[in-house]
Amino acid sequence: MNIHEFQAKQVLGRFGVPVPKGQAATTPDAAAAAFTALGQPKAVVKAQIHAGGRGKAGGVKLVSSAQEARDFAARLLGKPLVTHQTGPQGRIVNRIYVEEASQIARELYLGLVVDRKAASVSLIASSEGGMEIEEVAANTPEKVLTEPIDPLIGLAGFQARKIAFALELKDKQIGQFANLAAALYKAFLETDASLIEINPLVVTADGRVICLDAKMSFDDNGLFRHPEIRELRDPTEEDPAEIEASKYDLNYVHLDGNIGCMVNGAGLAMATMDIVKLSGAEPANFLDVGGGANAEKVAAAFRILLADDRVKAVLINIFGGIMRCDVLAEGVVEAARQVKLNIPLVVRMEGTNVDRGKQILKDSGIKVITGNDMADAARRVVDAIGQGASR
Amino acid sequence: MSILVDKNTRVLTQGITGATGQFHTRTCREYGTQMVAGVVPGKGGTDFEGIPIFDTVDKARRETGANATVIYVPPAFAADAMLEAIAAGIELVICITEGVPVLDMVRVKHYLRNSRSRLIGPNCPGVITPGQCKIGIMPGYIHKPGHVGVVSRSGTLTYEAVHQLTQLGIGQSSCVGIGGDPIVGSSHIDVLELFNQDPDTHAVILIGEIGGSAEEEAAAYVKQYFKKPVVAFIAGQTAPKGRRMGHAGAIIAGGRGGAADKIAALEAAGITVAMSPADLGSTMKRLLDKAA
Repeated sequence: MNIHEFQAKQVLGRFGVPVPKGQAATTPDAAAAAFTALGQPKAVVKAQIHAGGRGKAGGVKLVSSAQEARDFAARLLGKPLVTHQTGPQGRIVNRIYVEEASQIARELYLGLVVDRKAASVSLIASSEGGMEIEEVAANTPEKVLTEPIDPLIGLAGFQARKIAFALELKDKQIGQFANLAAALYKAFLETDASLIEINPLVVTADGRVICLDAKMSFDDNGLFRHPEIRELRDPTEEDPAEIEASKYDLNYVHLDGNIGCMVNGAGLAMATMDIVKLSGAEPANFLDVGGGANAEKVAAAFRILLADDRVKAVLINIFGGIMRCDVLAEGVVEAARQVKLNIPLVVRMEGTNVDRGKQILKDSGIKVITGNDMADAARRVVDAIGQGASR
Repeated sequence: MSILVDKNTRVLTQGITGATGQFHTRTCREYGTQMVAGVVPGKGGTDFEGIPIFDTVDKARRETGANATVIYVPPAFAADAMLEAIAAGIELVICITEGVPVLDMVRVKHYLRNSRSRLIGPNCPGVITPGQCKIGIMPGYIHKPGHVGVVSRSGTLTYEAVHQLTQLGIGQSSCVGIGGDPIVGSSHIDVLELFNQDPDTHAVILIGEIGGSAEEEAAAYVKQYFKKPVVAFIAGQTAPKGRRMGHAGAIIAGGRGGAADKIAALEAAGITVAMSPADLGSTMKRLLDKAA
């Protein structure tokens, strides 16, 4: 789960991470009031969307009056902002953040990630602040410093100092950096974060080390123990179909094609998308109904697939292990009765109770095209939309 | 021969009285696995269909000689269950549970390093040596004893591969699901090392997916050390960047973990990559026929 910059700064601030003062606003008037409340000659107004590249896309501005803050907020709010991370349709800006302006002397990068290879949390730092760390890593790997953190020891003082010296921080900045990094690591552990990115971490003109930007992502599997973090979820940043799917504990990701896919198991679901593509069409989604799906859940999944009007045919691929084919069939029949099914449906079933599942589909009177195996099913579903197009 | 488990493996179930634990303990026993104990804190002294239940793993191991455990407890308690099994010195710990927080796995993995245990999972289907021992949630009947090893990050996609092999008359030595999470107990390489030493395994199917660099590391290992033919498939060739595809570990992040890089690394290591998941069995058959 991702959160907004202003939320990340609030969370980090609670752990003692130095962040600039600021206020979020959802209207131009509130933006003006936030400027006045800061009581400083200048402030920065920043669009709050779950995507990077906001500065380059015109979503950030330095303003020097309440009126200017109001005008810029009016220009952003309610309209899409297109950055290199949003795709061409952009993201609607529903909220802006008004923050005290900082005099920047140096821009650095600081991140914490779950490092798969080291099986630990690792601190990542670079002197190249403001750039995308992936680009820095690709072009000048020697400028990216990585420090794996031992879960028993925690972030040791010497590790923080090592990074601070490598970043050419000086005097009091060394201690400030060490405290900041320690607070960041504490925040990471205590919120079950999966990523914290401070880009840029800045040294101000008066020599302070602070977080100018902040991005936080959380491990979905850890959210159950952090209700206060779960509340920070912004549904307007997510696909409505994906939110609907999450209510039924379905793993659904919206894609751009026209073959709706329903599969059990994440690996098989990805493989099914792949075989649809190899057969000459594009998948409309990733959908894993999971192992313990009941008929109700399957029916919900089926409704979500059919609600997407770009979907021209549906491919169901089930390898029953825990998931029983008869349960799947009942769910499909139930859903097909609820929503009038008027596009081709191809079903490939294998595994537990497959014969009973096939019988249920047959007896239901629903028009089902049977795929004998994965390749056959993919071919048939692609053929089915081919026929549809020529009619 | 086989790897990890065989007819002598003595298995205990942690979380034996939950719905999942009950169901799969039953089906594993029906398959022929020696299910010797269960552990449920507070229910020690009772039994599940004749299988004695203990309060602690340590006690279960001492009284029944269990040398493998399978964990079905809910995500919030799974790490503790793994730690308990490792502390009790159980040789093989298999965690089926999906949804374990990744920071819990950082701690478990750390603890595992100085232990005598091997951990498979979490978020995996388990391990099976066809005809001898099934530990986990895979449908037993699709398997057939034989000489092809299977190692995979995915559950149902493994069933698909096994089914294709069996349909073509090709049996399996052992099948290991290592799990779809970012941090798991055993990697592809750990399992490949075992297959390399197992005289009964003549070839291996390796199934990977987008996210991380485990497949690239496996490719490097195969190139340098592995002596048997390998067929591979990478799921997620059509997955978009930055989106998690069901498995917590299946995400292309920061320009890394894409299918194309993995496939290139595997092919460079001399591995035959099936581009379609429907071709896993037939590609293996071709390789075996050529070798014969």
